[in-house]
Amino acid sequence: MAFDLEEIYETASMILRQNLDIRTTTLGVNLKDCIDSDFAAFRRKVYDKICAHASGLINESALLEQKYGVPIVNKRIAVTPVSLIMETHCRPERFLEMAQTLDTAAADAGIDYIGGFGAMVQKGMTCSDRTLIEALPAVLSRTGRVCAFLNVGANVSGLNLDAVNLLGGMLKQTAERSKNAVGCAKFVVFVNAPEDNPFMAGAFHGVGEADTTLNIGVSGPGVVKSVVEKNRENDLTRLSEIIKRTVFKITRAGELIGRELAAALNINFGIVDISLASTTARGDSVAGVIEAFGIEKIGAHGSTLALALLMDAVKKGGAMASGCVGGLSGTFIPVSEDAGMIEAVIKGALGLDKLEALTSVCSVGLDMFAVPGDTPEETINGIIADELAIGVINNKTTGVRIIPAPGKQAGELLEFGGLLGAAPVMRVSPFSAGEFLKRGGRLPAPVTSIRN
Amino acid sequence: MESEKELVFITVIGKDRKGVVATVSSYLYQKAVNIVDINQRIMTDGYFVMSMMVDVADMPIPMEEMGRDLEAIGQDLAMQIQVQHENLFKMMHRI
Repeated sequence: MAFDLEEIYETASMILRQNLDIRTTTLGVNLKDCIDSDFAAFRRKVYDKICAHASGLINESALLEQKYGVPIVNKRIAVTPVSLIMETHCRPERFLEMAQTLDTAAADAGIDYIGGFGAMVQKGMTCSDRTLIEALPAVLSRTGRVCAFLNVGANVSGLNLDAVNLLGGMLKQTAERSKNAVGCAKFVVFVNAPEDNPFMAGAFHGVGEADTTLNIGVSGPGVVKSVVEKNRENDLTRLSEIIKRTVFKITRAGELIGRELAAALNINFGIVDISLASTTARGDSVAGVIEAFGIEKIGAHGSTLALALLMDAVKKGGAMASGCVGGLSGTFIPVSEDAGMIEAVIKGALGLDKLEALTSVCSVGLDMFAVPGDTPEETINGIIADELAIGVINNKTTGVRIIPAPGKQAGELLEFGGLLGAAPVMRVSPFSAGEFLKRGGRLPAPVTSIRN
Repeated sequence: MESEKELVFITVIGKDRKGVVATVSSYLYQKAVNIVDINQRIMTDGYFVMSMMVDVADMPIPMEEMGRDLEAIGQDLAMQIQVQHENLFKMMHRI
């Protein structure tokens, strides 16, 4: 036989026992060619284009699942940043109507999330960008499938604090208007946002992309955890090698299925995002990998080193496996979507300060965590600004998905259910940076951006 | 000719019992699937693993139907059966 029984068994075990899957196939669709001065016609074109592409994505994905026996968990659509296509229809009610069109198209096509309702405002805001932000509480609370993003900074632009200062109020309104504050789980604010990220809530189809592109997100924290558990005696160098080899295999599966899917859909294959992404399924936890390293609970001193090792090994293994690694590519540590992270917060091992420290060595940022509902707006803005400053200064992508939990205090649990899990409400500093943040303006691009 | 073959791996995992090879191979015979190679062993973790490399070039039914049928056969045998195209192993285990 061309392959050893051990190799075949290893692959089968990854899928059957260790939750290896293609986490997402995300089809990026350009909507610029749908723009029309007649708003009804514009909406109709958007609806038709999304539905036409979505059906192919779903059907072809199902065939490949059977061919390779690898589950393809999510099939999603990402569109051109909506503020861009709405420049000539710059009224709040029209933004809501466009969001409803995207929502309906996604629902009719059988897509669970559609990303791209957002804007690039790293240096400043157009009328359309500002109107989109104003419309977000209504959009996020009145649609079920639309995901929103903002890019408010970049290594070469600095950080737009004026845009950040709009977010605390927007998020609190969104939380109050939506059941279990779930609207906030559909919004992420970035710096250095990649234009080809396949993961929600931050996926969008960048302006530098072709008409359609297929991006793949592979995942397998359970597979990595299993291999770490089998190699308890190895030092860090050896451990890194073992993780690299495992991630290589995982990524190759993604590369194969992504390329075949793109070919079947007759579109460009974009990138493989090699992020380890947790789910609340048992054993499918990045915190579980860190704990398998020998750390009692994620958040203990030593966790940042452990995550740095994991992150670097994931990137090296993935980069060798695919000719086109992109997106966020690293390791996600969302709180509510990772059973190990939830437990660490509940047991007091992990607080917001340590979480922020962890994000300085891993993608993507402070993700899916809840703070008390009475947290002042400027404190939310401060949390966001701190995290994004890490990204701007260190030339990496960082993002924040924060949920102010209405009526809840630190120590309580906010349940979303399903993919989004449950977020223990985390304590925030009672001291304010309000006077500083009120200055507004833009953090200048850091000196590391002057490279020409 | 080698290039006309379409090779698929069928992997059966579970507790060892009688009739596994017979049940799976008689299904494959009915569907005109040629068995190219068989390998089986009790692995170090105690599981029985049987893997068949089969050629589905002449199979009259689509792959997904074979996958569903074998899944049902697996349930009868109280074993997990996976069907995977050869390309996946080439990609994952060979540089």
